[in-house]
Parts: sequence; structure tokens; C-alpha cells
Amino acid sequence: MSVPHALLALLSEGPKYGLRLQNEFEARTGEVWPLNVGQVYTTLQRLERDGLVETDGDGERSQKRYRITAAGAQELGEWLRTPPELVPPPRDELVIKVLVALQVPGADVQEILQVHRRHVIEVMQRYTRIKADAAQDDVPLALIADSELFRLESIVRWLDAAEVRLKQLPVPPATATAADPRPEPTRTEVTR
Amino acid sequence: MTCVLELRQVSKSYGSGASEVQALSAVDLSVDRGELVAVMGPSGSGKSTLLTIAGALEDATSGQVLVDGVDVATVSRSDRARLRRRSIGFVFQDFNLLPGLTTLENVTLPLELDGVRSGSARAIGMAALELLDVTEHAERFPDELSGGQRQRVAIARATVGERGLVLADEPTGALDSVSGEAVMRLMRATTRQGVAGVVVTHEAHLASWADRVVFLRDGRVVDETITPAGPESLLATAERR
Repeated sequence: MSVPHALLALLSEGPKYGLRLQNEFEARTGEVWPLNVGQVYTTLQRLERDGLVETDGDGERSQKRYRITAAGAQELGEWLRTPPELVPPPRDELVIKVLVALQVPGADVQEILQVHRRHVIEVMQRYTRIKADAAQDDVPLALIADSELFRLESIVRWLDAAEVRLKQLPVPPATATAADPRPEPTRTEVTR
Repeated sequence: MTCVLELRQVSKSYGSGASEVQALSAVDLSVDRGELVAVMGPSGSGKSTLLTIAGALEDATSGQVLVDGVDVATVSRSDRARLRRRSIGFVFQDFNLLPGLTTLENVTLPLELDGVRSGSARAIGMAALELLDVTEHAERFPDELSGGQRQRVAIARATVGERGLVLADEPTGALDSVSGEAVMRLMRATTRQGVAGVVVTHEAHLASWADRVVFLRDGRVVDETITPAGPESLLATAERR
């Protein structure tokens, strides 16, 4: 979440005091992203230094009213249209765990996939409860919850796809005969 | 809480000998009044079989199915049909509304089949439509309704009267995600009125509306979610970020 740009967006409606910016930020993000007033002032200071906002007074910071400048409005417009960083992909811990599990003798990869699937869905249930308990016209909160839910759902879909792909793998001879889940003596024990 | 649906060690197989297919193996599942349970699993995991057996549309090969405490295998064919009409409601993927009947007639049909007089059936049907906010469409035909409205009518039909158990197979059909969510919201609201609900879905964002998610693999229940913690703890996590 870009706090500077969120503040610029709030100021594009008209000049505001720092405290009001803090309240409006929290109200509009469904209070999911709390922001303390110190962060607001530090950010405003930086925006002022960069010429993106200006103030109408020299008094205490709480007495100052902030206004967006033409440069600030242009910056906001550009930021809204700039795609977020999507490549290179973040190193995904879950993908790594599953890839590692494939190498660990005796690891039940399907069971590992299910452990993660259950966990992700439990987190999704919590986000859904936030949405279920909120007023139906609380659009900002629904948007935040949706973004988390769809991100999490993509993990579940990846786990589902992994499950199907692993089932299609030919059974390696080592595990086909091994009713005993312990690694075979000829294999190198993986150090934990 | 009262248990409305109970499956005890339910197994179901089709065919015999070499061609025998085990659709369900020793499934235990109980659903309480007021509870919404989602069943998730890949294609062929037995989700739909579980639903048809729970709805007494099909017999289990072994094990017991109890609806409102009644073992469905021990009652006569006609009693079982009555149980289906009175106690169990179904919501299908493609809504399954009868095209020649109005919204209200679709909803009152199960009541009238059960011998409820037409005047009372209308009153009960209107009450169900009101709960789902579709009374203004009572005299319209299914093809005059949007997908979302049709699904509301389908849910009204499934819950009309004194039904204690609602079974839904991919009830959001081809609806977009927000309309699909509205259906799940309704399913949840319906169960909160004291109905037990089971929803089969392969979509996690829909399953997350359930109080409990049960995972099916190769006909077996392999896992289920534990009751989620309150949303407060989630906000606290966001705060720490």
C-alpha cells in the first residue's frame, strides 16, 4: 500500500489537516490498514519536500492544512496507471516447500499439500467472516477482503493443480515397492 | 445444537467385480442445525455422490444415513419420498426451475405435492420468497429472471416450509464471483434461521462462507477445517505488517 499516494488521493478532493487525513485513510480502507498520525506527518513532510503538496501556514504541524500541487496531481495520475511490480515473481516459500518435499524420501507430498490447503482455506474463512459481518454497502472493506481472498484462492488452485500433476507422475520404482515409509538404506539421509 | 444430518461409515460402490468403483469409503459426517458445511474435492472425489446419498436420492452400499434422527434405509419408499419433500431441499447448479411455472408455483410445488392446500401453500411460498427478497417476481416465469434472481428462487424452493436440511451442488453455477458470493450469503443466512446446509463446491472463495470445510479425496474424508478464529485476530495480523 502506497501511503504517499493514498494521501495525495485524499488531498485531491481538497485541502485537509493531517488528523483528518489519518481518519479518512482508515475509514476508506475499512480500518484494515491502520495508520498512525506520526506516519501521516512524516509522509506529508516528504511530499512537501518533493513539491507534491504545500501548506498554508508555518505553525504547529497539527495546525497546518495541506493542499495538493499540480505536480502532486500529475504524480497521482501517473501512479494510478503504473502497473505494480509483477515480475520477477517473489520467491514463494510454499512452492519451495513442495519442491523440497518431492526430494525428501518418504515425504507424503499429497498430505503436505492438504495441510497447506486447509490452512489457506481457514485464513480465507476469516476474511470471509469480515465480509459477512460488515455492512453490505461497505465497498472498500469488500474490495480489500476480495483482494486477499482471490490471492489466497490462487494458492489453493496451485495446490489443486500440483495434486493432479503429482498423481499423473509415474510411480518411481523406489516407492512402488516400499511399503515401509522409511528411506531406503542406500539413500542419503536428508539432514533436518 | 441438534444434528440434522448424520452419515455413519457410509460407503458407496457402483458395479461389481473388476469393474467395481468405490465412490465413497466409510464417510462420517454430521451437520447441525444452523451450520453450513462445504464439501470440497477434485472431480471424481465423491462430492456429488455424498450429496445424493445425504438427500436420500440414492442408497448407501453400507453404513447409515440419518436425517432428523431417522435412518433413511429403515423407512418405506413412500415415507422416504415424504422425507425428501418435507425435510430436504435441493439447490442445483443449473437451478432446475420448471419453465412453465411461475416463480411462486415453482416454490410451492413441493408443498402441493405433499398435499398442502393451495391457499396455505401460496402463503408459505410467499414467505420463502420474501426471505430471499424476490416477492416482486412471484408471478414471473423463470426465463424472465436474471441468473441471480433464478438462484434466489431455487434457494426459496429448497427452504420453503419446514425443511431442516438444504443440500446444494455447485449452487453458484456460472454466476460471476460477486453474484456467486450473494448466493453463499443467502445460504449462510438461511442456515442461520435454523437449517442445516451442505454445499458442494470446488471454489475456495465460496467454500470459505461455510462454518466448516470438509475435504474429500477418492471417496474418503481426509481432512476438515477447524472453527476459524475471530476476524479480530486477522486485523491484528494486518496491523503488525
